Amino acid sequence: MRVALCGNPNVGKTTLFNQLTGLRQRVANFPGVTVERKAGTLAGAPHVEVVDLPGTYSLTPRSIDERIAYEVLVGRLETEPDVVVCVLDAGNLERNLYVVTQVIDLGLPVIVALNMMDVAEENGLAVDASALEKDLGVPVVPITASRGEGIDELKKCILNPPESAQVYRWQLMDAVDAKIPALIKQLTEEAPHVKPMHLRMEVLRALAEEEALDAWRLEAPEFVNCIEALQEEFAKRGIAWRHAEVSGRYAWIGPIAQRASHRVSGPATLSDRIDAVFTHRVAGPLCFLLILVCVFEAVFSWAIPAMDLIEAGVAALAGGVRSALPAGWVTDLLTDGIITGVGNVVVFLPQILLLFFFLGIMEDSGYMARSAFIMDRLMKRVGLSGGSVLPLLSSYACAIPGIMAARTLDSERDRLITIMVAPLMSCSARLPVYTLFIAAFLPTGKLMGVFGYQGLAMFSMYMMGTIMAFVAAAILKRLVFKGPASYFVMELPPYRRPRLRQLFWRMYQRSKVFAIRAGKIILGCSIALWFLASFPRTDTSPEATQIEELAIQERNREYAAAQALAPGRDLTVATDSLSLVDSTLVYALDLTARADARYTAALDSANIIRQSTQIRESAIGHLGRILEPVMQPLGFDWKISAGLVSAFAAREVIVSTLGIIYSVGDAEGGVALRDALKADQYPDGRPVFTPLVALSLLVFFVFALQCMSTLAIARRETNTWRWPMVMWLYMTVLAYLASLLVYQGGLLLGFS
Amino acid sequence: MTLRDLRPGESGTILGFEPSAAINRLMEMGMVPDSQVQVVRLAPFGDPIDLKVRDYHLSIRKSEAALIRISRQEG
Repeated sequence: MRVALCGNPNVGKTTLFNQLTGLRQRVANFPGVTVERKAGTLAGAPHVEVVDLPGTYSLTPRSIDERIAYEVLVGRLETEPDVVVCVLDAGNLERNLYVVTQVIDLGLPVIVALNMMDVAEENGLAVDASALEKDLGVPVVPITASRGEGIDELKKCILNPPESAQVYRWQLMDAVDAKIPALIKQLTEEAPHVKPMHLRMEVLRALAEEEALDAWRLEAPEFVNCIEALQEEFAKRGIAWRHAEVSGRYAWIGPIAQRASHRVSGPATLSDRIDAVFTHRVAGPLCFLLILVCVFEAVFSWAIPAMDLIEAGVAALAGGVRSALPAGWVTDLLTDGIITGVGNVVVFLPQILLLFFFLGIMEDSGYMARSAFIMDRLMKRVGLSGGSVLPLLSSYACAIPGIMAARTLDSERDRLITIMVAPLMSCSARLPVYTLFIAAFLPTGKLMGVFGYQGLAMFSMYMMGTIMAFVAAAILKRLVFKGPASYFVMELPPYRRPRLRQLFWRMYQRSKVFAIRAGKIILGCSIALWFLASFPRTDTSPEATQIEELAIQERNREYAAAQALAPGRDLTVATDSLSLVDSTLVYALDLTARADARYTAALDSANIIRQSTQIRESAIGHLGRILEPVMQPLGFDWKISAGLVSAFAAREVIVSTLGIIYSVGDAEGGVALRDALKADQYPDGRPVFTPLVALSLLVFFVFALQCMSTLAIARRETNTWRWPMVMWLYMTVLAYLASLLVYQGGLLLGFS
Repeated sequence: MTLRDLRPGESGTILGFEPSAAINRLMEMGMVPDSQVQVVRLAPFGDPIDLKVRDYHLSIRKSEAALIRISRQEG
């Protein structure tokens, strides 16, 4: 047995779904499309499958979500459900009932779950479920899904589903209604596969929607002719045929809703009072900006303790494994390749979780719609609509859910533009790179004692990507996606307190997807990169050997000089305090101590030279050096170039690549990557990483599309390789030019 | 007059529409002829509009509001 949950967005469908299924749920995709299909078994009745359909205002398919909901309900995508539970917001019966009338017309057994009874009551609305049940002719169960009230009654009702009775209770205007039987007959003749109970719905859709009509053009040309002739006739007679269905449904719904709900107190709800602030002319945009800044400040600073803890844990684990296993390249692979590589992903989970947390709160509370409301004017200017705000904000976490969220946009052109610019929004995979270089090369002070410079730098990285996304959207709209203006029709749902349990559950699921996706790529890349960096093996370095030999000679010479000052005294062992009275001896000891220090330093630099020789002669070194001439104008040496090569699979990989490049052969293993970066020098003593190089690299990462998963999802969502290719090309060119500008401009201005 | 001519706080009754791709969506959201609509406020940058229709808040742009013929409700 299969139950489908259907209803408007923001009516608590997901909360109800979680209540019905507990945690026994599977998230997959509907076949052929990337619309999420959430399914689970009914708690206490494992033979009943519950499917959560995407939220829709109507079954007339304008967006992909609506098409999926419709196709599931008519059994075109999978076997049609045995029962449909329509979830309604009790506080907003009229609009919610619209889609219910459409579902009832499909002839499926329908149960209405009247949700948010508590909120309706708080807002002074008395809702009469039994009156509604009588008028609609289907069972109505009042519930408060967030508190689990009424769930048992609903389950009982699902297990004893009502009979399906296809009765059209609403009235189509007579002039149109009279023509329906002939059209149904025509469609039956040409398309006998359409189920009898769907015929009327199909006819009404074809009559009102151009696209629905076009879909029949090949299969039922005569039916299309009939409809077009009829439309002409109606137009001549001045009959509003296009509005007939909607008007008819609302004419029926209006009185029903009025009978079922009574306002018992004043209309100013808490939600309205909140809106008076959040959408206020001055306070609204300020709040929006403040929320964004606070979120990024929090993501950057709150996560630090957890990240330090994970870093320490990974280092301890690597150290433990290294001491427990015999020395050799397998141990090196395990510690330097695998543990360090995976550790470099795990360490950024705190930030990703925090970002998902804040985005989740904004979504669940209803603030996301307000941000669209506030931003629409500005978004319109660059050719997008406020509806693109949510997909673009989601892209801050990851471009993949962002690109998928673009599905909710009605306009195909807006959807494509949003998809094309979404990867410019700084995703969480860029965070590791931003964090590493900002923490290493920017001062830790605070501006006006509140916002740290590092937090501000992070914020400006996000702003840069965001602004460029807008510019790109404006250009795409002018040059590539020309066409009629899009429209903006969006509900401002009532504010709601986010349910923490649900929020955490979704955070967990999203992060799991991220960690597994990133983890797989990074583990594979870490291993491959370790091999690329470690083979072919180079054990000899004439330069290092020479330095070592010179160091030994130098040390011997200095020891001899010191010995000459204090003949007969042993200078190699520590002397007791009494002998320090002898000032000549103290001087001699000082000389040997300095000689020792110089010797150790020389050995260290020989060691570093040997390590870098290993990398230079390894496969990845060759790759990096091939690219170096191209990347040098951006300030990148061959190591950064090698890191960028590896990062074209996934951005965050550059961190583990640099980690491996800088720690390969490092027996100590405790040097933090950022210190290693700061310490690295060109052979002539210039530092490899100056603040300007770091900035250039950061800018490169802001703009470059280094993520195979994004390309794959864009391919699926646009159904062609053309757009992902264009996307990759324009972003790479943009990244190169922007970095070139930053580095060369910086040099001209006298920075280094 | 059209919905665009209403000031925040004013209400009207929908009479009909100018043809546009947005109309079917607007109607599905409950903006059918004879229904009441109130302009609650303008967005901070002047567009879109926050409407109250069928007891919920719907946001549309001024360009769409200009497609909706209404009669102003006095008082």
